[in-house]
Amino acid sequence: MADPMRIRAQASGGKATVRILMAHEMESGQRKDEAGHIAPAWYIQEVTASHNGNTVLEAEWGPGVSKNPYLQFVVKGAQAGDTIGVRWKDNRGDTRSDEATVS
Amino acid sequence: MPSRRQALSHTAALAALLAGTGLFPQLARASSKQAFDARTIQDAMAALGAGALSESGDVTLSGPDIAENGAVVPFAFSTTLPGVRRLLLLVEKNPVPLVALFNVSAAVEPAFSIRAKLAQSSSVYAVAVMDDGRALYARKEIKVTLGSCGT
Repeated sequence: MADPMRIRAQASGGKATVRILMAHEMESGQRKDEAGHIAPAWYIQEVTASHNGNTVLEAEWGPGVSKNPYLQFVVKGAQAGDTIGVRWKDNRGDTRSDEATVS
Repeated sequence: MPSRRQALSHTAALAALLAGTGLFPQLARASSKQAFDARTIQDAMAALGAGALSESGDVTLSGPDIAENGAVVPFAFSTTLPGVRRLLLLVEKNPVPLVALFNVSAAVEPAFSIRAKLAQSSSVYAVAVMDDGRALYARKEIKVTLGSCGT
């Protein structure tokens, strides 16, 4: 199981800005290690976000997203106390889900 | 497969990518997988079945002019237009140009921030694919002083 995500969601003016920091190597499959071997690709492919259980965002990523990905987006109609859930899945099939409460 | 001509200017290249692609997006999953396998922006957009592509002032892309470190380059991209189906971020000279694809639902604003890798100095495109199939883009040139590859 990967390290937890850090999720902050702040409501203002009828919407909430969500900021997520994920812990992931995001290995592109292009990099060579010290021994000169190409490190195999290992990166997050799917990200989904939900607001009170309803999916609001589906994203697909390639290996071009930076290590320890940062993502910011805005959920309409989210208020303080609501739950924002985020789930990612990488190309090895590993997944991680975390939730945060809108403040 | 369209012939690839590296020498094309960006606009011509982007225009060429859509000319003659008779593709229609079937299931989003299938076409997006091809898009991430694509090695050029043209092929990526063709795989997504986007329609006519044009530069638009209604799509915004912001990022640094000069990136000290190509491994972590922050971008923010958005559009003010209604009827957006998808927002994409593409880096022209990356081995895999398509960085991220966001399916925009009615519950989120078509505005995202993300950090991307740049293998070298490159044009970066934010593309908004509209419900009617049009693809509108904003472009930014990013200079990278230290690439994200080979280290």
